[in-house]
Amino acid sequence: MLEGLLIGLQTALSFQNLLMVIGGCLIGTFIGMLPGLGPMSIIAIMIPVAISMGDPSAALILLAGVYYGAIFGGSTSSILLNAPGVAGTVASSFDGYPMAKQGKAGKALTIAAIASFAGGSIGALLLMIFAPALSTVALLFHSAEYFALMVVGLSAIAAFAGTGQVAKALMMTTLGLIMATVGEGALFNLPRFTMGIMDLQSGFGFITLAMAMFALPEALFLVLNPKAQAGKGEEIKELRVTRQEAKSIAPVIGRQSLQGFFIGVLPGAGATIASFLGYAVERNIASKEEQSEFGKGSIKGLAAPETANNAACTGSFVPLLTLGIPGSGTTAILLGALIALNVTPGPRLMIDEPQIFWAVIMSMFIGNLVLLVLNLPLIPYIAKVLAIPRNYLIPFILFFTLMGAYIGQNNATELLLLVAFGICATALRFADYPLAPLLIGFILGGMLEDNFSRSMQLYDGIAFIWERPMTLGLLVIAALLVILPSYRNRRARLRAQGVADGD
Amino acid sequence: MALDRWIALILAGVCLTYGYTAWFTMDGELAPFMQRNPIWPSTFPKVLSVIGLAASLVILLGLEKAKVQKAEIDYRRLTDYHLGQALLLLGLMVAYALCLRPLGFLFSTSAFLILGSFILGERKWLVMLPVSLLATGIVWYLVQQVLGIYLRPLPGFIGG
Repeated sequence: MLEGLLIGLQTALSFQNLLMVIGGCLIGTFIGMLPGLGPMSIIAIMIPVAISMGDPSAALILLAGVYYGAIFGGSTSSILLNAPGVAGTVASSFDGYPMAKQGKAGKALTIAAIASFAGGSIGALLLMIFAPALSTVALLFHSAEYFALMVVGLSAIAAFAGTGQVAKALMMTTLGLIMATVGEGALFNLPRFTMGIMDLQSGFGFITLAMAMFALPEALFLVLNPKAQAGKGEEIKELRVTRQEAKSIAPVIGRQSLQGFFIGVLPGAGATIASFLGYAVERNIASKEEQSEFGKGSIKGLAAPETANNAACTGSFVPLLTLGIPGSGTTAILLGALIALNVTPGPRLMIDEPQIFWAVIMSMFIGNLVLLVLNLPLIPYIAKVLAIPRNYLIPFILFFTLMGAYIGQNNATELLLLVAFGICATALRFADYPLAPLLIGFILGGMLEDNFSRSMQLYDGIAFIWERPMTLGLLVIAALLVILPSYRNRRARLRAQGVADGD
Repeated sequence: MALDRWIALILAGVCLTYGYTAWFTMDGELAPFMQRNPIWPSTFPKVLSVIGLAASLVILLGLEKAKVQKAEIDYRRLTDYHLGQALLLLGLMVAYALCLRPLGFLFSTSAFLILGSFILGERKWLVMLPVSLLATGIVWYLVQQVLGIYLRPLPGFIGG
């Protein structure tokens, strides 16, 4: 391994490749900030550039830099404007945006940068050690397990349900799942619930829904009640993370790097589930008073999804490099680029072309480091976005939500849907319904149904639930994740009542 | 009845319509060979409609004791806030959606940005105009020229 490392270091540290990493990170960060352009589309755009370079290691290094940059860029719009452009950064806005609202935008971005760096680097370390061994584990997961894993992901709703709000959270999750069934499913090739409207044939767009659920109601709230604006032109204060805060997020980062990485290894699971699960798990194991902070600007709640999604992105390289199976849309595009460069990823890659394999791993470390070094000094300037006068900021937020929805589908109907959903979402927010579960349900709904249907077909019924121990185990975990918090709440309520009776 | 229960009532209606489609009308169009499948396109929606209906009834009937929280904005006094501005902006977004194709990206976007800040009370034309026009130009250049995603720049009748 040491020999491989040295080969990789030698390739990655050449002047040309260093430029590639830096350039890739910068391009990724800036384009990633625009909502609507996620890592997948940015990488797709960069492919012609990468292929024309001819050198596979340099091309892969460039694309990996773009990938990391795009994920970090996506977090900034989640944190500053509550406009997550990528599914993987939705969870970052749960606590990142409240922090920005309290005038701690700089600190939130710093925590995001550090958590991303740690997640990515620890992920790369794990990739280096475990890549060959993990490829076999990834193959053990069948659709039944994926189904169970999605259910675990959905049980994250328990993390959003306040006291006595479980029914509302459940309702919103179901609504999200219902919305995910609109359109043509991959498995049946039948349009469902389209009401004969052609534009609904392909279903609702993820970005349209994300913008309508988070960014649009937020902008409307700012219009309705100008006093509540985030930052409000104040100095960006509290950029530094105190020692005490660092101490409290360090274990979160450690746990989530591991968990995120292993979820990322499973093909199809990826950064989105890793970030939701990371958020849910950290909330469930936090102490009582820390738990009440979640959703209101908890640094743990921000660090957890940020670490997990970066670690998962690194993890998704395991099946790509060792088996040649792309685990996500982004790695599928990377696979295409590799094949165009005459490199076939798979079990032979490490043996036949070690310099490519190791150069990619080394460039992950360098990419993460470059990202941290580039971004930390830029944070005060990025956070200045919030200091833009309200009369200009709000039209621009609205414009970017519209643009995000339009670019993705190139369809003007999508814009009308965006406004309609935005109004519904605002009404739901007035009535104190949590909106995050709806989006989670929508994102996971398609995958959930596909995997459920596939396992039903394979086992000709629901026997897979008890015939596959891993499925059963995951489902039990999901049930525990839902039941434990409500049980704890119930006990706390009973105890509180007992005290009141004694009075 | 509080707003959240009204919404629950509407959602119950949505679930009923959805459930009706799933339970009674969808399976009729199913091809004969697909009927041997253990899972039908309507299986998952059937389950969802039942869960959704149950959850909406729980909220509607107030079976779960909820702690009343102070909301950010009290919807009962909606007229105390800048409601007119919000509605105008929503109208502007709809207008933008309808004009984007026929009138072209450049005109629609600059008009949207200028009118948007005008509605919010900005009257400094000397700042407003250059900022909006410049932003429109930069976004158009970035999306169309750099990223290569087609946006019709000019109105159709000019040949854009």
